[in-house]
Amino acid sequence: MSVARFWRETPRRYNLGGSKCTNCGTAYFPPRSVCPECPAHRQSIEKMIPFQLSGEGEVLSFTIVHEPAEGFELQVPYVLALVKTVEGPVLTGQVVDASPEAVAIGLKVRATFRKLREEGKAGVIHYGYKFTPVEDLPFAAGPRGPPVPAPSEVPSRDRAPA
Amino acid sequence: MKAGIVSYGVYVPRYRITPGEIGRVWGSDGESMGEGLNVRRKSVPAPDEDTITISTEALRTALLRGAIDPQQIGAVYVGSESHPYAVKPTATVVAQAVGATPFLTAADFEFACKAGTAAIQTCLGLVGSEMIRYGVAIGTDTSQGAPGDALEYSASAGGAAFVMGSERVICQVARTLSYTTDTPDFWRREGQKYPSHGGRFTGEPAYFRHVTECARRMMEVQGTGPKDYAHVVFHQPNGKFPQRVGKQLGFSEAQMRYGLVTPDIGNTYSAAALIGLANVLDRAKPRERILMVGYGSGAGSDAFDLETTDEIAAYDRSFGRPVQWYLDSGTEIPYAVYAKFRGKIHMGGS
Amino acid sequence: MREVAVLGVGQTKFGELWDRSFREIGIEAGLQALVDAKLSSAQLGALYLGNMASGSLLSQEHIAPLILDYAGLAGRHLPAVRVEGGGASGALALHQGYLAVASGQYDYVVVGGAEKLTDVPDTTGADITNATADHEWEVVFGATLPALWAMVARRHMYLYGTTREDLARVAVHAHEMGSKNPNAHYRNKLSLAQVVGAGPVAEPLGVFDCAPLSDGAAAVVLGPLESARKHTDTPVRVAASQVACDTMALQHRKDPTTVGSTVAAARNAFHQARRTPADVRIAEIHDAYTIAGLVGLEDLGFVEKGRAGSEFASGRFALGGSTAVNTSGGLKAQGRPFGAVGVAQVVEVVRQLRGEATGRQVSGATLGLTHDLGGTGATSVVHLLERTN
Repeated sequence: MSVARFWRETPRRYNLGGSKCTNCGTAYFPPRSVCPECPAHRQSIEKMIPFQLSGEGEVLSFTIVHEPAEGFELQVPYVLALVKTVEGPVLTGQVVDASPEAVAIGLKVRATFRKLREEGKAGVIHYGYKFTPVEDLPFAAGPRGPPVPAPSEVPSRDRAPA
Repeated sequence: MKAGIVSYGVYVPRYRITPGEIGRVWGSDGESMGEGLNVRRKSVPAPDEDTITISTEALRTALLRGAIDPQQIGAVYVGSESHPYAVKPTATVVAQAVGATPFLTAADFEFACKAGTAAIQTCLGLVGSEMIRYGVAIGTDTSQGAPGDALEYSASAGGAAFVMGSERVICQVARTLSYTTDTPDFWRREGQKYPSHGGRFTGEPAYFRHVTECARRMMEVQGTGPKDYAHVVFHQPNGKFPQRVGKQLGFSEAQMRYGLVTPDIGNTYSAAALIGLANVLDRAKPRERILMVGYGSGAGSDAFDLETTDEIAAYDRSFGRPVQWYLDSGTEIPYAVYAKFRGKIHMGGS
Repeated sequence: MREVAVLGVGQTKFGELWDRSFREIGIEAGLQALVDAKLSSAQLGALYLGNMASGSLLSQEHIAPLILDYAGLAGRHLPAVRVEGGGASGALALHQGYLAVASGQYDYVVVGGAEKLTDVPDTTGADITNATADHEWEVVFGATLPALWAMVARRHMYLYGTTREDLARVAVHAHEMGSKNPNAHYRNKLSLAQVVGAGPVAEPLGVFDCAPLSDGAAAVVLGPLESARKHTDTPVRVAASQVACDTMALQHRKDPTTVGSTVAAARNAFHQARRTPADVRIAEIHDAYTIAGLVGLEDLGFVEKGRAGSEFASGRFALGGSTAVNTSGGLKAQGRPFGAVGVAQVVEVVRQLRGEATGRQVSGATLGLTHDLGGTGATSVVHLLERTN
């Protein structure tokens, strides 16, 4: 993979930047420039705005991978999941720091920042989101905000969980 | 000094290995080695973790706890001796990953185990001179000892991020000063995978001399004595050195208690003293005075005379995990898995 | 649009063809089909070639003229077009050939499908398979094609109570049929216990839930139905040829257990042919992963959503059942040379409809269906084929 090909996606892979249709309110990840949900797609053109996912979600389905994708050899077996975020979009990602037995459909997870792969010993290292279970977090009583606040937005402790 | 700690966050990887397990592989009595070092287990990073991911997790926690707008961060400095790249900063990735880019300065620091405290000093200068609003200092490492070497029993992984600023300060910095000499007790040459060290030379002329001289000078300048501090935190390459140095300086077990985290997670190098400080801050009430003395081989010590403010009572720690959680939790792995995770197994192919 | 018929078929053995090159197998299948159709090359109008990954596999793009050349037809300067649609490349090429004849642009075309997977290491073959999923938002994050289908399986089990054994039966059946097909990659039978107990690939899918990487080629000759009698006693009409697409990534499906492209392609195909799933006596469905076979039966309309596992267990889709499925052995046992699959499915159905499927013949079949898909179903292709005499 060329350096630029990964680099240009870092706002999405590092910070879960998606998009939202201001016409119908549907959120997307990765961002889309046309809204598939709007009956007349044309209505959504130029009405898609950047939208920050919180990284909170739950497992919609999962698998324990024994024959890995390229670059994931050292992590076998690893848990891969479809994670339905609280904002709606579903993301594909690993669930790390969880024993495979502990993962189930419905498990609450949160985005974390990990290495995705290295381009050999001398190449660049790619980073991005994975997920960890939230259940064993202490101080579970407190409301939680997004792991990465939108640049223009100071996180509010008073925000109710979405 | 007007500048101080505004927020902080810690991250320690989940996996643990015991000295007994390491010794089993090398035919040594690992358990007594662990007892001698006062290290019960050490943290091990997963294959997808490095000082960039650890720094990012720690800083994200700090930003959430302090409700800090990442765009107000003017500097990110990451102190480590295990940066993933020899050339290309850890700090730029971390800054991007927390949304602090692009208008800020960023750099990586290296000073063996005290690169993190050096980063704090730099941030204090920038904040104090009003060049920036918030400065981020991170100490982090995924340190490695050569297989079978004494270092292997303690070298671990973790990170702590401190946001320095002058508003809503939870812990003031009354003074910081350093003690620096050319002392070759521990080093790693360019291109070498594992560090080398001077064996017993790392003790008296290196760690003990620098830490005690620096601590004494601080107390002398500040007109304080050991009894003025509620807590003391030292660099902790193992669980024994800080206990001994504390005793030499006249501190009690109770003062050292929360600042000592190495026995449960190992020596996190650049993060070691900082995670100890975070553990103290996790529990501290307003107006508690803290002495922290870092140490980095090569060699130098940075001392900090700190005091918590009334702000700490309102400080929201409900994001991320407290240090105690990392001390208590973890998943133990056998040496073979550790060797795989740490890249000690020669893999085929390109 | 005029009616189109399959006039001739050809296929190489599928499997590990160590001593044969891509060119050789491509030409063998094509020449067989031309001979079978009693067609002289002078009558040929065009070549369509389904191929998924020759660039990654052989460092050779631009392969349609290459095959044309080695078939001895370069001097005639015929048009030759490669068609790519992931695992559905072969069926997609057939659709293009069908349109070309139906439109009247060409009278006779050869549609080939070929893939050579054993010229690269197994891991490279797996990476190429994964390339049919969304690289940027699935594979980069650790997904493999079997892992994605495994998540479909897990969700299907969760929603509908589908069992591990339900999945395994698809593979047991495939190998049972493969044992009767001399062209099949695998001709051994498998027990339920063997499939369930096999090493895991992506849980709940094991080694025997996944089709192999195979070499192979298949070809058909298409021509106008009105001239079919000149070429064969048993013309098979293409009653429907439909392609449909869905989201590239599984994560963007509203329901991961439904392949919308298969639902749409099947609906359109049955509409085009004015027939229903109940009329289909024989079906070649895409069972690259056992769960894909079950989901395919549901999305094609043979069974209600969630019921494929239990219906499969009832024997309804066995050789003697109401709809015989994958008498070739399917992708699981006959093999999975990507671009050749969709064409080989048609070869099998044509042989069945002509009564030439020795050892695995379905009696009295007049309507057959083929179902090919790419990735997790971003592309699906459904054909209905009907014997006309």
